[in-house]
Amino acid sequence: MGVGIEVKDLNAWFGKAQVLKEINIKVGANAVTAVVGPSGCGKSTFIRCLNRMHEIVPEARLTGSVQVGDMDIYASGQDAVDVRRRIGMVFQKPNPFPTMSIYDNVAAGLRLNGYNKRRELDASVEHSLRMAALWDEVKDVLKKKSGSSLSGGQQQRLCIARALAVQPELLLMDEPCSALDPIATGKIEELIFQLKAQYTVVIVTHNMQQAARVADFTGFFLMGKLIEYDKTEKIFTTPSDKRTEDYITGRFG
Amino acid sequence: MPNVSRRLSIRRRVSNVCFIGLAGLASILVLAPLGLIFGYLVYKGIGSINWAFLTHTPRPVGEAGGGMANAILGSTMILGLGSLIGVPLGIGAGVYMAEFGHGRYVTFVRFTADVLNGVPSIVVGIAVYALVVLPQQHFSAFSGGVALGIMMIPTIARTTEEMLRMVPNTIREAALGLGVPQWRTTLQVTLRTASKGVITGAMLAFARVAGETAPLLFTAFGNQFWNLNPNQPTAALPLQIFAYAISPFAEWHRQAWAGALILIVLIVVAVSAVRFVTSRGNMQSNA
Repeated sequence: MGVGIEVKDLNAWFGKAQVLKEINIKVGANAVTAVVGPSGCGKSTFIRCLNRMHEIVPEARLTGSVQVGDMDIYASGQDAVDVRRRIGMVFQKPNPFPTMSIYDNVAAGLRLNGYNKRRELDASVEHSLRMAALWDEVKDVLKKKSGSSLSGGQQQRLCIARALAVQPELLLMDEPCSALDPIATGKIEELIFQLKAQYTVVIVTHNMQQAARVADFTGFFLMGKLIEYDKTEKIFTTPSDKRTEDYITGRFG
Repeated sequence: MPNVSRRLSIRRRVSNVCFIGLAGLASILVLAPLGLIFGYLVYKGIGSINWAFLTHTPRPVGEAGGGMANAILGSTMILGLGSLIGVPLGIGAGVYMAEFGHGRYVTFVRFTADVLNGVPSIVVGIAVYALVVLPQQHFSAFSGGVALGIMMIPTIARTTEEMLRMVPNTIREAALGLGVPQWRTTLQVTLRTASKGVITGAMLAFARVAGETAPLLFTAFGNQFWNLNPNQPTAALPLQIFAYAISPFAEWHRQAWAGALILIVLIVVAVSAVRFVTSRGNMQSNA
């Protein structure tokens, strides 16, 4: 089952540039939450703070607290690797491991964490590929074709399967469709819709229609601040902040 | 107007042919020296290669026959020891520079590697003579391996660094995002993705030191007999070729040519074998 997220007083910097300012937000379990806003507003940084990927950039730092389920991910003594194991992430550009077969890509998370039982791996790979709606397209070439030989849309679904295989409690998606055509995008969106039965999903998107289509809740970021956060319907029909309305209607950004 | 476009298209076709011709010529010029050297070696050396050459040790001066079997074995041993030292240290340094190091220290390591790359091989030989041979009081295959290993390090370190830098960051992030620890990401994802280039670097370094004579002169020293003990003076093909080539005997000259041919063939075989073994198991992106 998915878990909820509670972010308190989150500030983030790259060197001296502050990219997130005083973010407070509660994300409900088993819902899809979209994060929208113009380029450079801190959307990506925000979700990278949710699984401690922000800190892998040199000179990046942050303050505040993030609670994911029962885990305070920035508590002292909390292992970043363990956090990332429990929170899956799908990136902007499909990034399958180029030297690995389709099977190995999906099994990578489990294998690299020490699971090696053949039958369990087989089952997990099939289950994850089915969840990602890719199984039927690749089941005959699982070990013959490399992950990067697939089409862009298939690669991204492969990356989703890879993230699901480690059974995360939360799935973060950083503009997962920005490199895909409308058909592939449609498939991923359908997938996101189905995933929320079992997962909490946070998705960053540039695409307003996409947010409107897939998200239950939407947060609007501008210049590092969370301007407005509400039900998607409310954000897109009767936003309470003028800046949200300007952005939604395309007056800037 | 049609005239203009026709003139243009003729010009374009002429320059196209010219440049393809130039590129072809350049590639021939690049391949020619290799072909000539190899052809000449075969011409001079093939006649002296026989079963005895590959299985016997050298005969005393004046006696016909004999071979370089002990030198072939010795070279294999010294190169093996050298690779055991040079490959892990070189790859380790490359990984450090590309993945873990920050700031001045990395610049210093990289600068040192570049300087080491430029150190003449005989200087490396003298250094190893002073640091290993003198304290031990005797020449050895081991000291020869140390000298060759040291010479392999900078090439391998720098190619490893370059190859790792070519791996997109998104690949590292994919692994880290799955909850894979940093060391495992580096070893099993980043390094594996770059493995082709890293292996090429290691093979380049290997092939380069395989023919080195100077650093072996006062480390491995050479030996007229079989030797399997890495702690004893050991024969090596380049040493044997050198000794025979400067000798006054026609028979030895012929054997030197044969030795040179064998050396090249061994390098080609070793490099191809490593490539063959390591290319299996890894998927190519367009497979």
